[in-house]
Amino acid sequence: MCLMSTYAVEATDLVKIFGKERAVDGISLQVPKGIVYGFLGPNGAGKTTTIRMLATLLKPNEGHAKVMGYDLTQEADKVRHSISLTGQFASVDEELSGRENLIFIGRLVGYSRKQAKQRADELLQAFQLEEAAKRQVKKYSGGMRRRIDIAASIVTSPELLFLDEPTTGLDPRSRNQVWDIVRALVKNGTTVFLTTQYLEEADQLADLIGVIDRGKLIAEGTSKELKSSIGAGSLTVHFDDLDELKKAQNIFVSRFEQQPDINEQDISLTIMIKEHAKAAKAIGELANTNVQIKDFSMSQPSLDEVFLTLTGNVPDHEGGDSSNE
Amino acid sequence: MNKPSTIEEVLTNRTRPKSPTAIQASATFAWRALLRIRYVPEQLFDVTIFPIIFLLMFTYLFGGAISGSTGEYLNFVLPGILVMTVSMITMYTGLDLNKDIEKGVFDRFRSLPIWQPSVLVGALLVDTLRYLIASTIMVTLGYILGFRPEAGFSGVIMGVAILLLFSFSLSWIWTMLGIIVRSEKALMGISMMFLFPLTFLSSVFVDPSTMPNWLQKFVDINPITFVVDAVRTLIHGSEANGDVMIVIYISIALIVIFGPLTMYFFKNK
Repeated sequence: MCLMSTYAVEATDLVKIFGKERAVDGISLQVPKGIVYGFLGPNGAGKTTTIRMLATLLKPNEGHAKVMGYDLTQEADKVRHSISLTGQFASVDEELSGRENLIFIGRLVGYSRKQAKQRADELLQAFQLEEAAKRQVKKYSGGMRRRIDIAASIVTSPELLFLDEPTTGLDPRSRNQVWDIVRALVKNGTTVFLTTQYLEEADQLADLIGVIDRGKLIAEGTSKELKSSIGAGSLTVHFDDLDELKKAQNIFVSRFEQQPDINEQDISLTIMIKEHAKAAKAIGELANTNVQIKDFSMSQPSLDEVFLTLTGNVPDHEGGDSSNE
Repeated sequence: MNKPSTIEEVLTNRTRPKSPTAIQASATFAWRALLRIRYVPEQLFDVTIFPIIFLLMFTYLFGGAISGSTGEYLNFVLPGILVMTVSMITMYTGLDLNKDIEKGVFDRFRSLPIWQPSVLVGALLVDTLRYLIASTIMVTLGYILGFRPEAGFSGVIMGVAILLLFSFSLSWIWTMLGIIVRSEKALMGISMMFLFPLTFLSSVFVDPSTMPNWLQKFVDINPITFVVDAVRTLIHGSEANGDVMIVIYISIALIVIFGPLTMYFFKNK
């Protein structure tokens, strides 16, 4: 146990170069203990490389980091004692059965044969994999694979668990199961460091979100902070005819000083909004002025929009909180 | 045993037991390799079918021409083909590793607080068992066909033992290549490029004194020749000529050079 540090991860200027590409280009992070840290970014942004460095699998070319208070390169073995890693692709042996995998990992963390078997059975039950216990993992469904993967990571509960894209490719039900597992882990004091491509996932799970693009951390903050900087999404309003659409357009321009995107084919308009309350206000305003609305819908900002905003292509973001030096 | 049933209940397990020793960890990886064979018995084709085909093929193909009779040739060639076959199947070690490494499970092994070489040592130990299977099949089949070791059963055991030592050591080259080479095919190509000339241009099939001078020079420094001569000496009980010691030195050298290199690439992949 390490009581010296309040941070699970403290990284300073981590750099990893593959050939000529700077896959990770000066990332600094401070992840407090006991939270879910969500590492959000598109494919190829450097998420996996960062996780692999922090899990002692790759040596950084530059920079240094402490994981659970231990130096990543000097005390790699101590780091390995405190962490577990669930990789992006199944980090279990697909040729073996689920139960064999868990016994195998149990033996590797130092349990006796009997303890390892007992622990395997406990985990299989808790993760609802008892029926599949004797089946080869390669015959598991995507959701089951993820569960056995995570079960293998908590044969002994780690202080810090790395989850690399835990729900990519899962159906909604399996995804919810994984989310529940993550929440249970954190409740029991494990710090979870997860990567994701989905804004919604980061939003649902993470206490702190780091947005990564092309090897750089371009924003960091709580879900709320990030959203206020990128807006809550867009509001689309449909109308019965073009006259109503024109009336609404005028109201938006005069009352909100915002030019909506007009789609005459659909007889609809779309505006970007910063917070949900403003959307309600806008709809209320239309109702007050007797504009006939057919229907309206809100959409979450997509990751594309987030990136568009954060990478600076959209000028008006004040709270981007860019943590690059 | 009070079984917990929810995820939260199985998370209370905070204390980690003491990490396994190097030997325990290696044994665990060996256990994994054995389990895999149980699921994919085809993995044993190379150590069962190969030896049978090789022995039958070369004995009856060359026997009459080289020794005048297949029976006499069998006694000469069996130790040679034994070495050739087992040396050849060592490359499957690298192939398996190469396939294995592409999957995520290696990341987990490498993030565990265990003696890192145990991942490879365990696999190699089971491979050595595979070599033993191949050797047993060949010697048994040879015996049925008329092979009679002059040094008897104990000679065969000593011969196979030295061969296993050499093969275990040789495997480290393929494990190293298995880690650094990108594809299975490339690895296959590279290992064949070395194994074919080294096994054929040796004392496996014929007495080197029948070869042209320049070829003899190569054959005489070919490590496979030393291994074949050592195994032959042990099996047929001719006077020891130092080959056994040389094979032991070669084996140690292979491990000392390629063991650390393999581990270096394994850690820094």
